[in-house]
Amino acid sequence: MSAVALLEVRDLRTQIRLKRSTVHALGGVDLTVDVGETLGVVGESGCGKTMTAMSIMRLLPNGGSIVGGSVSLDGRELTNLSEDEMAEVRGNEIGMIFQDPMSSLNPTMTIGLQIAESVLLHRKATKREALERAVDTLKLVGMPSAAQRAKNYPHQLSGGMRQRAMIAMALACEPKLLIADEPTTALDVTVQKQILQVINDLKDRLGMAVILVTHDLGVIAGSADRIAVMYAGKVVETTDTKTLFANSRHPYTEALFEALPEKAAESGDRLYSIPGLPPDLTDPPTACRFAPRCRYAQDRCRGEEPPLTGETQLHRFACFFPTGSVERAVGGEVVAVEQDAVDHDLGAKIEVEVRTDEGPALRVVNLVKDFPITAGAVLRRKVGAVSAVADVSFEIYPGETFGLVGESGCGKSTIGRLLVGLERASSGSVRFGDRELAGQSDRRLRPYRRDIQLMFQDSYASLDPRMRVKTILAEPLNVQRVGDRAARAARVRELVDAVGLSQSALERYPHEFSGGQRQRIGFARALALNPKMIVADEPVSALDVSIQSQVLNLMKELQRDLGLTYLFISHDLSVVRYLSDRIGVMYLGKLVEVGPAESVYSKPVHHYTRGLLDAVPVADPSVEQEKESKGVTGELPSAIDPPSGCRFRTRCPAAQSLCAEQEPPLVPFGPDDHFAACHFPLREASAGE
Amino acid sequence: MSVVSSLGAQDPVPDLTPTPSAAGDVAGRQRSMARRMAEVFFENKLGVLGLGILVVLVLFCFLGPMFYHTDQIHTNIDSTTLTPGSPGYPLGTDQEGYDELGRLMVAGQSSLEVGIAAGLIASVVGTLYGAVSGYFGGWIDALLMRILDAAYSLPSIFVLLYLAATVGRSKFTLIMVIGLTLWLLLPRLVRGETLTLKTREYVQAVRVMGGGTNRIIYRHILPNAIGTIVVSVTFIIADAIFALSTLSFIGLGLESPQIDWGGMLNSGTSYVFDGYWWLVYPPGIAIILVIIAFNFIGDALRDAFETRLQKR
Repeated sequence: MSAVALLEVRDLRTQIRLKRSTVHALGGVDLTVDVGETLGVVGESGCGKTMTAMSIMRLLPNGGSIVGGSVSLDGRELTNLSEDEMAEVRGNEIGMIFQDPMSSLNPTMTIGLQIAESVLLHRKATKREALERAVDTLKLVGMPSAAQRAKNYPHQLSGGMRQRAMIAMALACEPKLLIADEPTTALDVTVQKQILQVINDLKDRLGMAVILVTHDLGVIAGSADRIAVMYAGKVVETTDTKTLFANSRHPYTEALFEALPEKAAESGDRLYSIPGLPPDLTDPPTACRFAPRCRYAQDRCRGEEPPLTGETQLHRFACFFPTGSVERAVGGEVVAVEQDAVDHDLGAKIEVEVRTDEGPALRVVNLVKDFPITAGAVLRRKVGAVSAVADVSFEIYPGETFGLVGESGCGKSTIGRLLVGLERASSGSVRFGDRELAGQSDRRLRPYRRDIQLMFQDSYASLDPRMRVKTILAEPLNVQRVGDRAARAARVRELVDAVGLSQSALERYPHEFSGGQRQRIGFARALALNPKMIVADEPVSALDVSIQSQVLNLMKELQRDLGLTYLFISHDLSVVRYLSDRIGVMYLGKLVEVGPAESVYSKPVHHYTRGLLDAVPVADPSVEQEKESKGVTGELPSAIDPPSGCRFRTRCPAAQSLCAEQEPPLVPFGPDDHFAACHFPLREASAGE
Repeated sequence: MSVVSSLGAQDPVPDLTPTPSAAGDVAGRQRSMARRMAEVFFENKLGVLGLGILVVLVLFCFLGPMFYHTDQIHTNIDSTTLTPGSPGYPLGTDQEGYDELGRLMVAGQSSLEVGIAAGLIASVVGTLYGAVSGYFGGWIDALLMRILDAAYSLPSIFVLLYLAATVGRSKFTLIMVIGLTLWLLLPRLVRGETLTLKTREYVQAVRVMGGGTNRIIYRHILPNAIGTIVVSVTFIIADAIFALSTLSFIGLGLESPQIDWGGMLNSGTSYVFDGYWWLVYPPGIAIILVIIAFNFIGDALRDAFETRLQKR
């Protein structure tokens, strides 16, 4: 650590005045970032991560103002600069990358011009020089054929390329500090890996400091040198990455780690979840803000506020009763002194029995779904088709959880929608029990719908905002004319109980609940008709880690109690691994590998599966920082005109001419029903068959 | 109770979280949606003003004649164009000897009745038309929208004049004529709203549970579109009152002895250069007030519907 840090934030306090109240968004934040260092800022949504970034940039929302503390960049105080002086700092000395590259780019300007704009603003350059600078910067961020791309408009670029363009914009003036606010949250894991690599490379080459704001502990583990964990508008723990992961001292940090599904992926144990909700910041508690949710909290925690301190200056935390072990500093390294590991028994594994002897609950054979592309308003000529699902076959057994993973646009959600009857298959068969569901009319399908229900990703969008919870939960019963009024009311009360909500929830509207509570309501609605199978489309991807674990535990418990069968669709491989018995990996409408979860994870056969697994950030810095593999290069090709032969060949490291000519069939690998479709697999196919 | 599944037979919730109540409790007082909307409405000062004006006008027109008796049937040539303040005539009399204040009340009844009835008819027709077009889509939508385009291409004042001149000028026919001219304003709005609402996930959720078209339209799409519709209805009512005033002003309004504010204005303007201001200002101000009132109410309702879903 150098003597003077590049950025020093001291006791920063930010408020947002609303109509009737004031949100104390930041309640005294302390941060330092050195040259050439990446500081990771983590925490749940609403903890003040983004507000910290925005306060440093002084780009606060309406009614927001910095009410105390200091922000100094290179020894210069930013909080009392005039607006004009601050404009000179933004983009020039501090660059910023936002979460959504599409809404942050101007759709009517070429990206070259947009990058050049900040050069023109901050440097005395001609337009021509600025454009040259833009192309250079695009090359720097690894944009393929940068000179041509500079003339493109944002809509002509893919998501990953847009994010590269955003980074180029932030870097055009060689800022000393780069603030990346959830830079990869909107991207697929494979692209996320590429973008994080770009940011890391550039940090080293340009000698910048980086503040990486994210909710993803895996991303932090791989990219950050030091970490600040935030909770309810305060930093609760800060130290270097290795120490934090090895010996977290604040109970909140510890709880965050324990809530990660990969912790229990192999054992299948119940995940730890943090009870309750973060405090309301319009009236922040004067005591420890985490105390109401903390399992170690004592009277002192509820009475006074712990300062951010520690045994060493390198590892500081705000807790009276820290977890982990006491430390001391040895030559700039933090060393744990005594190993007093606290062992938390998280309760028994949730055993779910798969009933293979009954034969498959669901059998999907050669399922195909093409979405026609039409032209013309009246005649609607068909000019092409998006091949969303191309010849997919799989089976799911009663009581099983079948996980479907893949990048966005691979057709996994379309399969879910086909199964529940929201889309009609172009060809192929879906047999549920002994009934054929594909190609049936809505009217004939209606009575069977109750057996397969859908759980949506966005619990807010999937609940009618004008209905009370009791009406929402009663609706499936009314639709299917189940029982009389009293029986329905009883069933609704029972459902609310089953998903762990209090009865008072019945009279409320969806917007009065938090994200996790709403997802419980969505789950309860899916359960209302006593379905045999539930298709869960990204049910936890909108939720924070601590809430996510609550919903996952609940899903597992109710599967055990009710004998449910799940089709679990997600892009998050660690969640899929935790929950699933078997996994199918999809790529561009094709099922490329399917097998038992452990086998697919430990012994993948398909190059795509391997790349996908490598791309997933692991919340363990020693694993993450030693990874050599690049994951998957490039981006998903268009499904309108998919590559011939093997669809993955355009991104595959082992592709040969055979791959373009012939489509590989799904062949068995090993004795445990592990199949993959690859001409040049990572291990040999089992002989015979 | 065959419906009740095995859920109930078992332990209600096997400890979901260390403290299940913490996950289930919802902060804050429970308030009904209507109450919350009313709160937002009454925060809007202009909305309250608009509502106040409307209430006063309605009381004035419909209850006023019970306390202030005048003869609005027989002309009285002995006392024409008396100035305001003349004994027994606080607002004077008009050129035919009718008491101006009493006439303002009676005329207001017609204006409000025709305006509100015509506005409601236009709203119902327009809403259904737009909802059908948006929900069913495809060629039905294309056809309905082209018809609407064609109807739009006719100047509405011309249609209004033609219809009023041909089908007669009773209260009922004027309601129909104005209603069927103004309905054009709503379909596009409702269609757009329906198009977005029908792709919402909660509508898809109904389809997954096997719900039919009727349930989707009446239970989910219309209740969620009602805010947009109600707001437009207030504006259309203002338009309808204005349309009636226009018709009456050019002499194609209600037939005598019925009268509305536009008709009063019409007869008053003939004498405006003679200094008979009391024949012009009272009906003119009444028209302006009622139109402004409806517009203020519409604005406040828009706020109320928009914020109704926010936690406050």
